[in-house]
Amino acid sequence: MKALSHESTALYDVPGPKTERRHKLYGLLSTLVLLALVGWLVYLLFDTDQFTAAKWTPFEYKGIQELLLKGLGNTLKAFAISAVLALALGCLLAMGRLSEHKPVRWVATLLVEFFRAMPVLVMIFFVFVALKVQPLPALVTGLTLYNGSVLAEVFRSGVNSVERGQREAAYALGMRKTQVMTHVLVPQAVRAMLPAIISQLVVALKDTSLGYLITYEEFLHAGKLIASNLDYDLPFIPVVLVISPIYIGMCMLLSWFAQWVSKRQRRNPKTEAADVASAEPGTLLPGRQ
Amino acid sequence: MDVLTDNFSTFGKGFVGTVELTVYASILALVLGFVMASFRVAPVGSFRAFGTAWVTVLRNTPLTLLFFAVLLGLPRFGLVLPFKVFAVIALGCYTSAFICEALRSGINTVPRGQGEAARSLGMTFGQTLSTVVLPQAFRSVIPPVGSTLIALAKNSAIAGAFSVTELLGTYKTLSELGYNIIWTFVWIAVGYLIITLAISAVFNVLEKRWGVAR
Repeated sequence: MKALSHESTALYDVPGPKTERRHKLYGLLSTLVLLALVGWLVYLLFDTDQFTAAKWTPFEYKGIQELLLKGLGNTLKAFAISAVLALALGCLLAMGRLSEHKPVRWVATLLVEFFRAMPVLVMIFFVFVALKVQPLPALVTGLTLYNGSVLAEVFRSGVNSVERGQREAAYALGMRKTQVMTHVLVPQAVRAMLPAIISQLVVALKDTSLGYLITYEEFLHAGKLIASNLDYDLPFIPVVLVISPIYIGMCMLLSWFAQWVSKRQRRNPKTEAADVASAEPGTLLPGRQ
Repeated sequence: MDVLTDNFSTFGKGFVGTVELTVYASILALVLGFVMASFRVAPVGSFRAFGTAWVTVLRNTPLTLLFFAVLLGLPRFGLVLPFKVFAVIALGCYTSAFICEALRSGINTVPRGQGEAARSLGMTFGQTLSTVVLPQAFRSVIPPVGSTLIALAKNSAIAGAFSVTELLGTYKTLSELGYNIIWTFVWIAVGYLIITLAISAVFNVLEKRWGVAR
């Protein structure tokens, strides 16, 4: 934070003493405005009686806590299954896209582009409503198809980002294509793409909340059950205040892990021949190479 | 084919609903994203902190949770608006975090020397921004902004599940009328493909026209 004020950027020069005083004043004023905003929000919460005992005591009941934990467990279960399946599907589709056989490449490209262009919710609803499948398999299928095809693109761009010399050297040593892939290109590609892969898993974790819309009994669903209980005076806001920090916290932990991996891999001498991806989910436009 | 021709008006309404949601939420996301990006590169610490907090929290919030909180939560504070407006707010705020990051990394691609050179020529802050930094940043943000807006169009399907008129929601009406559910979904899929491919095409043209070879 402090380092920025001693270095000029493309936008700002190094501030002089006068400017620094002005910036301090702005900082003070904006902090006051932000504090006022937070204060107003807290006042609103009190004003609309969100902190009454009736609305918060339910969280002390064993049954409610178990309901929430069961919901959290179901969320993590759906995430774990779809993460594993998506990684497997991603490998398969990436292999297809990197194949030397034209028809295989063509089919894999079609599948990847289709599932990437389709909203994941449409796939989930299709499996749930049209194929009349249980909520959990429907959710897992949708998440697997979508994240699998995005991961396929991540894997493929990872393999392609490894320096050309590596592939050429491997072929010159007389390796077959499979050997070149498994011994030379894929290990480097996976190391370089690990941050992007983990970031895509954050997307999968976030999207498990779509299960709420198809009545899968996940975390949000448990919250909804508590929030719509008249006995506890409809504690909707308290439920949101309890659920969102847990949900957002889980996703943040995974995002930070991705950033940490990204930083670590950048220093790793084993990633010299490939650019380490930043910890962000893929941002490739559909239909582009 | 019958499913489409018999219910053209239902599909049409849903399609227009999705397009409207996408357009309004995109405008909100672009404006908010620009404001947040300027906060994140500001020289004032508290602006930077606010921008960072906004991006970190919203990027890690499941969109369903945000919809849940905004559509069902804000009315508890006496703020009663049509569901469509709530949906636009939720979608726009969520996407603004991603737009902000795209814009910020675009600004960061402009070398520091460009700004220093502009200032040493005596340009004011406004001139530096509008004639030197932003034109260069714009060229490199076209693809990421495009894919973010495509993601927004796809995410708008969630609004349908919260009883806002849009494309995915049409399946309910049609299955009640007894139409073939599989074909209904085929046409819904076609509708979404039209929207996402249209946005993709627009941004590909922009990229060809203004983008830089990287």
